[in-house]
Amino acid sequence: MRGEQINSQNIIARSATSVPSPQERDGGIDTVTKLIDVSRCIGCKACQVACSEWNDLRDEVGECVGEYDNPADLSPNTWQVMRFNEYENEQGNLEWLIRKDNCMHCAEPGCREACPAPGAIVQYANGIVDFNSELCIGCGYCVAGCPFDVPRISKKDGKSYKCTLCSDRVFNGLEPACVKSCPTGSIMFGTKKDMLDLAETRTDFLKSRGFDSAGIYDPSGVGGTHVIYVLQHADKPEIYNDLPRDPRISPMVDAWKGVTKPLMSAAIGLAALTGFFHYVTAGPKELSEEDIEAVRADEAREAERKAEREASERNREERS
Amino acid sequence: MAGLAPTFGRGAMTNHWVDIRNADLIIGMGGNPAEAHPVGFRWVMEAKEHNDARLVVVDPRFTRTAAVADFFAEIRTGTDIAFLGGLISYLIENDHIHHEYVRAYTDASLIVREEFGFEDGLFTGYDAENGEYEMGSWQYEYDEEGHALRDDTLQHPRCVFQLMREHFSRYSLDVVSSVCGTPRDKIQRVWDMAAETARPEKTMTFLYALGWTQHSIGSQIIRTAAIVQLLLGNMGMRGGGVNALRGHSNIQGLTDLGLLSDQLPGYLTLADNDEQEYEQFILDRARPPLVPDEVSYWRHYERFHVSLMKAWFGDAATAENDWCYHWLPKMGEDLYDILHTFERMSHGEINGYFCQGFNALAAFPHKAKVTASLSRLKYLVVIDPLSTETAEFWRNQGEYHDVNPEEIGTEVFRLPTTSFAEEDGSIVNSSRWLQWFWQAAPPPGEARPDAAILAGLFLRLQRLYREEGGAFPDPILNLHWPYRRPDDPSPHELAREYNGWALEDVVDPERNITVRAGEQLEDFGMLRADGSTACGCWVFAGCWTEQGNQMARRDNSDPYGTGQTLGWAWAWPANRRILYNRASARPDGTPWAEHKAVVWWDGQRWVGNDVPDFPEDSTPGANQGPFVMNQTGRGQLFARDRMNEGPFPEHYEPFETPIANNPMHPNSPLAKNNPAARVFEQDRENFGSFEEFPHAATSYRLTEHFHYWTMHNRLNAIAQPEKFVEIGETLAQELGIVKGDRVRVSSKRGHIDAVAVVTKRIRPLQVAGQTVHQVGIPLHWGFMGETKKAHLTNTLTPSVGDANTQTPEYKSFLVRVDKL
Repeated sequence: MRGEQINSQNIIARSATSVPSPQERDGGIDTVTKLIDVSRCIGCKACQVACSEWNDLRDEVGECVGEYDNPADLSPNTWQVMRFNEYENEQGNLEWLIRKDNCMHCAEPGCREACPAPGAIVQYANGIVDFNSELCIGCGYCVAGCPFDVPRISKKDGKSYKCTLCSDRVFNGLEPACVKSCPTGSIMFGTKKDMLDLAETRTDFLKSRGFDSAGIYDPSGVGGTHVIYVLQHADKPEIYNDLPRDPRISPMVDAWKGVTKPLMSAAIGLAALTGFFHYVTAGPKELSEEDIEAVRADEAREAERKAEREASERNREERS
Repeated sequence: MAGLAPTFGRGAMTNHWVDIRNADLIIGMGGNPAEAHPVGFRWVMEAKEHNDARLVVVDPRFTRTAAVADFFAEIRTGTDIAFLGGLISYLIENDHIHHEYVRAYTDASLIVREEFGFEDGLFTGYDAENGEYEMGSWQYEYDEEGHALRDDTLQHPRCVFQLMREHFSRYSLDVVSSVCGTPRDKIQRVWDMAAETARPEKTMTFLYALGWTQHSIGSQIIRTAAIVQLLLGNMGMRGGGVNALRGHSNIQGLTDLGLLSDQLPGYLTLADNDEQEYEQFILDRARPPLVPDEVSYWRHYERFHVSLMKAWFGDAATAENDWCYHWLPKMGEDLYDILHTFERMSHGEINGYFCQGFNALAAFPHKAKVTASLSRLKYLVVIDPLSTETAEFWRNQGEYHDVNPEEIGTEVFRLPTTSFAEEDGSIVNSSRWLQWFWQAAPPPGEARPDAAILAGLFLRLQRLYREEGGAFPDPILNLHWPYRRPDDPSPHELAREYNGWALEDVVDPERNITVRAGEQLEDFGMLRADGSTACGCWVFAGCWTEQGNQMARRDNSDPYGTGQTLGWAWAWPANRRILYNRASARPDGTPWAEHKAVVWWDGQRWVGNDVPDFPEDSTPGANQGPFVMNQTGRGQLFARDRMNEGPFPEHYEPFETPIANNPMHPNSPLAKNNPAARVFEQDRENFGSFEEFPHAATSYRLTEHFHYWTMHNRLNAIAQPEKFVEIGETLAQELGIVKGDRVRVSSKRGHIDAVAVVTKRIRPLQVAGQTVHQVGIPLHWGFMGETKKAHLTNTLTPSVGDANTQTPEYKSFLVRVDKL
């Protein structure tokens, strides 16, 4: 980790392009990671407010949907939300699990893979996955490509938005705004190695307090993430408001890459050629049985979310 | 605070925020620190992480604090005395007390008068007609010199220890479980954890807030916890204490500066009507030791009082005119509290009301009464940075505030003030730290500092008295007003005045000059009763010395690793961080435990990692007690004179209780509720019954908002936009309510509508053989600001207060819930 200006040489991967990214600089750039220790979170939402303050975001004043969660979901101008879950454990004791939900900054980001707009999604050498909104065409593929359901498309400008891990702060040697605001030390920031060490210490502590299944959430299906969790019940990530057990990039993304993306690219002009090259060199992938299952699971999850959203909207309408 | 001072001597948090990290056990009860004090709560997490501490939460709801606790026990609101009274009995009967500490540092050994007794839930001396006690029998037995008799073996049947033991013996596990609704095994678990801290090397801290104070028995709940901590030897120790987490950032400063109707700055008190003689007034307050040779620091009362009068009246205050004693108002009532004021206002006995920094309509109980009372005023002056509900009380707000402006003749003036970020000054936090802060932004529009507004008002009044005369003009014409800009006294000038200065050279007994005329005082030890010193608030002496503004210090070095940081800001009294820290050492002056050491005797004087809260050169052999403000020098297990409902705490039901009688005294109607509470007739008529309003309700605040302020801020509004109430799953099912439904919550005094949050975090309780459901009602949201418009929560709450402080019973009342 080091403080420096964002410049193009920090970019190690860009969406929808086969022009290789700069590779030469490798002198001591550690990847960064935000560690969210759910067991220390009191759900105060200081991080949520700090995020809006730093990034100049002001969502609508919403309504209470019968939970502490507010705003109830991510939006183009709410880049993180706290998700509150009441969980009765095996001993019959109640736990209130409060998870800060935001972009996980995957090492192998589905959004970047899916994105057809050249350079609209970039990955920096420090691990941050950033949206270069100027180049975003608002197609929504990043939404489908994300296994964590994070990006949101703005109705105002048709562009996609999500947490930047405060890339502007980080490049200037500061921690993300959410980390700075956390009063209990539930959110920590440092190199991935340091954060994994810290997470391990925390996991040991939790185990000493009777949380036998405490563990680290750093899913390998997306190459690991630059936002990791310490969970009291790492064997049951789904109790933390449907944190995916084994997130993977939807095989549909690869399918798009093979077929749809060149067409998309053609539609937007200059990039067509690179897409074609990609098609020629990578070729269409065949879907394995596992992949098909994953697609189905993915579709089922999406359907479920959609149903929930609709139900909640219906509920709202009825009330108003 | 009224529970702490009669026990330990001072009404303030005994330890401090950072010290919480030194605790081995933290009990969050009567407060929800993660929710209401999220920043200070970091020290709780530190204790868990680095001191292997356990966090226990006892609360009607599974709160945000409970979310990170090691153990949670549910309790019925308003029954904490039973829970803790049972703990006292458990500790005594199972020998989990710190014997040497109890014997040396508490009044356990003192012998109480034979007349004292307790029967049918009432102590001796009860006057049922007036609902108050004559406290004559609540006294020690004294010898001819006025010193209390004692039995250091603690065997005398009337020594405090034996009386206390008998008093709390009724609080068995079964009884406590039945009163509180807490399952027996959970109570036992909490008691066992607390009992472990009787060992000298272990400490427990209580963190409480308005969940204890806002009951008709609030002060006595705090007393009960204080007794527990004395028995366990957890006072004066690192990681110990009874720690009041203050609800406003500067509410500690409010009490320090005496902004209560019966107080003067520095916990000095106003005289009653029948105290017309100055000498007697001082004599009654300059309390002599009740145990030979004790410090009894209040015996210097006159030094503080005279210095205050010199600060207020300057040269006009002389020995000949009793230092202007006769210019001070005398109290015609016990207290002119808000309930008393609005009672009088409702009868048309008050014409004008200045409402400064207070949103009365939203914050006071029984909103309908507050509205009716404000409507009877001729004028209302609201001094506030925001457009409050109070300032808009006359305007019709539809269903949320349905009044007819044509029927309200009150003229409302709004005087906009600066907010804390728009001025310099100091804020006193819960830890008694005076922390100087600096203006961050210029005030908008016509906003002026509160001091400037009051100065302008004062100068105009003074001019009118000077030009036109009037009844008793002396105190107004002679008020000392030495400020550079009389219409805008600066925070710096005021702070220097609170610290105090010498008016003449002050000399010590050896005739050495300790401070020269005109110089700032170093500490309150320099104050004199002869008019040679002026001091606006004696406990603040030392905050702005000749060395400058001590409150602005920002040295966070911590050489002992204890968290005391003596160079950070300045704490009253005398920069002491842990009160009563003499008790961290054995009577012989050595620490009870090395890793808990605060101060110790080095052969010549008291030294340590904190400023000793004790005479620096008092040898261990002198046997002076650590509670230097108390006449006994000891922690008071027995509150002799300052608790209106009795020297020992006793459980009484809230004035609105979900059960038919007080399970402790089912056959004694007088002992159902606090027998010493003051209830106005119209308020009594507005109490509801559990037949009509079956559910126990409690009100509280959320992290996302600060009272009624932050509803005006978009980001806070986004984080929690709309009024909700919390209902347990069982009750919701019974009523056919699902999450997100709109519900109506009614009490005898009115109703509010809100969204239902249906939760597992509130469980039905088994209380005295019946099922009690509790309903949680956040206090935020109103009809002003950025959030969705809503009814004010205090539409529901009853107008009755604690018998000592008159703090309203916001935490326990009865409601009914209906689905809309």
